[in-house]
Amino acid sequence: MKQRWSDYALLAAGLLALWQGAYYAVGAEALTPPLETARRLAALIAADGFWDHARATGIAFLYASVLALAGGMVMGVAIGASKMAHEIFAPILGTLYSIPKIMLYPVILLVFGLGLSAKVVFGAIHGFFPVALFTMGAIRNLPPVMLRTGRVLHLSWPSLARHIYLPACLPEIVTGLRIGFSTTLLGTLIGELFASSEGLGFLLSRAMESHNVPDIMALTLLLFLIATGANTIILAVEHRLQAHSG
Amino acid sequence: MTSPGFWRLVTVAAAVLALEALCRGGVIDPYTMIAPSQMALALLDMVRHADWFWADARYTFQNVAAAILLSIMLGFPIGLGIHALPRLRRVLNPVLLSYYSVPTFVFYPLLIVIFGIGPASLIVMGAMFGIVAMICATLAAIDRIPRVYNKVARVAGMSACETALRIQLPAATPHLFTGLKLAVAYSVIGVIAGEFILATAGLGRQLTLAYNEFDSPKMYGLILLILIAVAALNGVLQGLEARLYRRWYRS
Amino acid sequence: MNAAGDIHVELKSVTRTYAARAGHGAIHALGPVDLTLRRGEFVGVVGPSGCGKSSLLEIVAGLAMPSTGRVTFEGALVEGRVPNGVGVVFQEDASFPWLTVGDNVAFGLKRAGIDAAEIARRVDHAIGLMGLNQFRKAYPSQLSGGMRQRVCIARTLVLRPRLILLDEPFGALDQQTRLLMGEELLRLWRDSGATVMLITHSLDEAAMLSDRVAVMSSRPGRFLEMLETGWPRDRDSRIVADPRFGRFTSRLWELIRDESRKALDLP
Repeated sequence: MKQRWSDYALLAAGLLALWQGAYYAVGAEALTPPLETARRLAALIAADGFWDHARATGIAFLYASVLALAGGMVMGVAIGASKMAHEIFAPILGTLYSIPKIMLYPVILLVFGLGLSAKVVFGAIHGFFPVALFTMGAIRNLPPVMLRTGRVLHLSWPSLARHIYLPACLPEIVTGLRIGFSTTLLGTLIGELFASSEGLGFLLSRAMESHNVPDIMALTLLLFLIATGANTIILAVEHRLQAHSG
Repeated sequence: MTSPGFWRLVTVAAAVLALEALCRGGVIDPYTMIAPSQMALALLDMVRHADWFWADARYTFQNVAAAILLSIMLGFPIGLGIHALPRLRRVLNPVLLSYYSVPTFVFYPLLIVIFGIGPASLIVMGAMFGIVAMICATLAAIDRIPRVYNKVARVAGMSACETALRIQLPAATPHLFTGLKLAVAYSVIGVIAGEFILATAGLGRQLTLAYNEFDSPKMYGLILLILIAVAALNGVLQGLEARLYRRWYRS
Repeated sequence: MNAAGDIHVELKSVTRTYAARAGHGAIHALGPVDLTLRRGEFVGVVGPSGCGKSSLLEIVAGLAMPSTGRVTFEGALVEGRVPNGVGVVFQEDASFPWLTVGDNVAFGLKRAGIDAAEIARRVDHAIGLMGLNQFRKAYPSQLSGGMRQRVCIARTLVLRPRLILLDEPFGALDQQTRLLMGEELLRLWRDSGATVMLITHSLDEAAMLSDRVAVMSSRPGRFLEMLETGWPRDRDSRIVADPRFGRFTSRLWELIRDESRKALDLP
C-alpha cells in the first residue's frame, strides 16, 4: 500500500484537530493544546539534564533491544525449525505473551533490585515475544519447495541458511523486529516509570505524580514522535524487502 | 491426550519442579521468591479465607469481560468500515502501526477526568488497549477473504449488510481469531495494569498492596492466579482456533 | 443444429477501459465488441491470455460496467447490477468452507423467499444432478477441486438461472476430469434449457461444448471471428473423434496463434 505525502498531512491535520477539540472539551485539567505542548517540549529539551535522562533511557533501551531481538530470534528459529518443537512449544509461547507482564514487575524488582538491570530485563521481556513469534512464523511459512531446491543444488547448511532461509524469511522477521522494537521501548519506559531515578520514563512518572499536565503531554508527544519515526523507517525497509521477495 | 499436549505438560511440570528445587534448596532466597508449592498454598488460602478475595476477583473479572466485549464489538465494525474506505485506511495506517509503541497509560488521567475513578475508566483503558489489535486483525482478515466471495454475493443480489454478516464474517473468522487472542490479552493487560496503577479496587490493587506490604505469599499467590486464568483463557481460544482451522482447512 | 431462439443477451459497441493510476496509464482492455446470444444456445469464447475474456463475462453478468456501449439481458438494460436469472460460475473455488455441501448449495435460495419444501426439493435435485449425494454433510475442505467446482455449479443451478456464465470453471482440473465435467455441463444445459456462455482457454473444450465459438484477439480484445460448430444438441465428449472436430480446432488455432504470440511478446 503506497503512502502518499498527502495522507500523512491529512493524518497530522486530523490528529491535531482532534487534539485541539479534546482540549476544548475537557479543559486544562487533563490536556494541553498542541501549540503549548510543543513549546513545553522545546523548553524541556533545552533544560538542564534532559540529555542525561535521554541517554539513560537510550542505553537501557539499547541493551534491552539486543537481548529481546537476539533472544527472540534464537527462540523463534529453535521452535520454528522443527514441526514437533512447534507443536509443543508454540502454544506455551502464545500464552506467555498474553500474560500482563506488568504484574511480573515486582518479581523483577525483587530479583534484580532497582536500577539499570531491572529496566533492561523489563524492556527485554516485552520485546522478546513478538520477535520470537514472528521469527517462528516466518520459518514455518517457508515453502517446502525452497528447501528441496536447496537440497537439489547440494547446498551446505550455512549456505542454505544464508542463501535460502534468510532472504525468504527476512520480511516477516523484520516485521517482528519492528514490533519488538516498539514493545521493548514501551517496556523500558514502563520500567523507568516504576523504579528509576533517571530516564525519560522517570521524567514521565515525576510529571504524573505531580499532575503536571503540560509535562506529561510534552513527554508523551516526544515518545510518540520517536516511536512513529522509528516505525516509519523500519517500515520503509520492510517494504523494500517485500518488493524484492514479491 | 495428544502427544504434543503431553510433552507440553512435561515441559511445564519440569520448569515448575526446577523452580521448586531452586527455592527449597536456598539458591533463590525466600525474600525474593517463594517456592511454587507455597504459591499454590497461598492462593488456596486466599480463596478460602481472605474476605476481600471474591469481591475483588469479581470486580477484575467484570472489568476484563467488559473491556474484551467492547474491544471486539467496536473493533470489528470499525475495522470493516476502515477496510471499505481505502483512503481512510492509508491515512490511518501510521497510527495503527505505532499505536502499541505509545505509552497509552498516560491517558489514564484524562480518562479519570472524563469517567471518574471507578470501573468505567478501567474498562475504557482495557478497551483502548485491545481495540486496535482487533481493528488490525479485522483488516488483515478481510484482506484474506477471497475476492470471488464478494462476486458470489453480488450475483446473489445481497446487500452490503447481508454480505458482511453472511459471508465476510464467517469467511474472516479463523483469521479473526488471532485478533481475538490479542484483543483479549491486551484487554486483560489494560485492566490489570490500570488497577495496578490506580489502586482503587480489584486484583491489581491487591497486588500493589501485597508488594508494598512485603507480603510475598499474597503477592505470588495473586500472580499465580492471574497466570492460571490467562493460561486457561488462552488455552480455550487456541483450542477453538485449532478446531476451526481443522474443519475449514483440512486440505 | 442448435435451436434458433429469440435474442437473449445483446452487447453493442461495448468497451472496457481501466482508468489511469499511479504507475501506469489507462488500459484499454476490451472492445469494441458486438455480441448476440440467442436463447438456449451454448456459446464458447476463446482468446489469448489478457485479451479481456473475463472482463467480457463480468460485463455480461452485470458485475462490471462497460466504459462505452450497452448490454441488454431479456430486453432490459444491464448496468452495474446482476439481473435476476443470471448465474455465474467462477474460475476460483468459491465454495464456502464454513458450510457443508448441502448448505453451500442451498445458500442463495434461503433469501429468495422460497418456502422450505421447495428449497429442499431443488437442493436435492441439484445435488443429485452433480453426483454429490454422498457428500451432503461434508465440508469443502474434504473434497477435491473438481468436486468443489461441482458444488459451485450446483449452487448456481438451484436458482434456475436462464443465463449461465462460466469463467474458466475447469481451469484448475486435470484433463480427464475436464472432459467429464464438460459432459456434465452439456447435460445440465440440455436439461435446464438455459443459455450458456463459457470462457475457456482450451480450444478443445470450446470446440467440443459450444454451438458457436467466438474468437477474440489479443488486448484490446475484439472478436476476430464467430465460428459455428454445427454439432447436434445431444453431443458428448466422444465428439472429439469426429474428423470435423480436428478441422475445427485447427481453424481456431490458426486464428489464435498469432494473437497468442503477440500476447506473450514473442516476435
